Amino acid sequence: MEASPKALRGLTWLTAALFAVALYMVLFYAPREMVMGDVQRVFYFHVAAGWVGALAFLVTAVTGGIYLARKDRRWDNVATASVEIGVVFTLINIVSGSIWARPIWNTWWTWDPRLVTATIMELIYVAYLMLRQGIEDPDRRARFGSVYGILGFLSVPLTFLSIRIFRTIHPVVVGSGDPTAEGAFDMTPRMLQAFMFSLLTFSFLYATLLWHRVRLGRLSEKVEQLKMKVLSA
Amino acid sequence: MSEAQPPAQALRPPAARIAGEPRGGYLRAVAAVVWKDLVAELRSRELLGAMLVFALLVILIFNFALELDVRTRATITSGVLWVTFAFAGTLGLNRSMAIEKDRGCLDGLLLAPVDRSAIYFGKVIGNLAFMLIVAAIVLPTYSALYNTNLFRPGLLLVILLGSIGYVVVGTLLAAMAVQARTRDVLLPILLFPVVLPVLVAAVKASNGFLQDLPLAEILPWVNLLIVYDVIFAAVSLMVFDFVVEE
Repeated sequence: MEASPKALRGLTWLTAALFAVALYMVLFYAPREMVMGDVQRVFYFHVAAGWVGALAFLVTAVTGGIYLARKDRRWDNVATASVEIGVVFTLINIVSGSIWARPIWNTWWTWDPRLVTATIMELIYVAYLMLRQGIEDPDRRARFGSVYGILGFLSVPLTFLSIRIFRTIHPVVVGSGDPTAEGAFDMTPRMLQAFMFSLLTFSFLYATLLWHRVRLGRLSEKVEQLKMKVLSA
Repeated sequence: MSEAQPPAQALRPPAARIAGEPRGGYLRAVAAVVWKDLVAELRSRELLGAMLVFALLVILIFNFALELDVRTRATITSGVLWVTFAFAGTLGLNRSMAIEKDRGCLDGLLLAPVDRSAIYFGKVIGNLAFMLIVAAIVLPTYSALYNTNLFRPGLLLVILLGSIGYVVVGTLLAAMAVQARTRDVLLPILLFPVVLPVLVAAVKASNGFLQDLPLAEILPWVNLLIVYDVIFAAVSLMVFDFVVEE
């Protein structure tokens, strides 16, 4: 087995260090929110995970498009890798949001546009993985995956738009907010720093995981080819 | 006289037919695919019968599950109708693509010297026809069972628009699902989350018409529905080639 490239090892260590710092910033550096208390600290990783989820699915749609244009399987490898990461982080986003909502909204769940959209997005990409699982031929699997990745990504904002017409109670912390939202708050400079740092850390985390997963995909393809070679010899 | 016309049409090389044929040729190809589906259905009566019985069963189940008394009915009829159409629709979509796949018809269709989009549109129109036929039977039945009148021009328009959005995505995804191992299970899982915006808009618009809301409240949903139809049709059309290519 080939050793992982030096740059990847470096990136992994860097991400680990960043994560440790981010944890420190979220748990100790950022001040305790006045009304919500410590529960508010969920917010930093909650938003960062949501960001990684959306980014991952965007990458899937883009690389899927490139695959359809070029028919180079390496792009499809990136697309799948990205979906798997996106599914995990979207789940983290939903679950952490739920944990926060229990004390703040007094319920685990509400049918707010953002919550529903995040869940639908998660379901679309779980369906994506199931679709890929059901197809044996690698080229066809790649083509179908790309098509579904594009169609699914297109449908997510439309879902959001459709459900948005109902009134939302989800706080908009970044950018101008609606003051009637339950659980809205203004960030102090230290909170903002912790928040930005979490975003940065999770972006690095995404890049690291993606690289590892893409490498894994390449290796497993190589194993597949070696198997074929042995069997046919 | 006799050596002039008839065989020339058939013998013309495919490339010339695709490139040089006036638009009538494209429409004829679409019509041929639709016609094939309708005739096959007329002879076998496999699909519509199943869809219809299924649709009526769904309504019956809703009747017991939701206690459809007069007051509840007013607010949830549109939801019941769209769930029924959506479920019956997956049945139809699955079947219409499965028969192409199982008997190798799809390969034959793809060999035909016509643009692939003609095949796509043909299948879409065929599936749309089945959905509308189901709707045409479900609506009077529902009206009779629950003593209401569902034949309102607004509702009919919404059903048409919603079905178009549902079918343009559904046909594309059904073409993918039938080529997978778990195909019967897969289609609804692939289709429902993607087509959700269409269903939401369709339910809201239908509800508006059924409750006689002012037109200004319904129109945004109808407009959304049109926008979704256009977007989904355009994207599906663009990627259909990749789904059927070998």
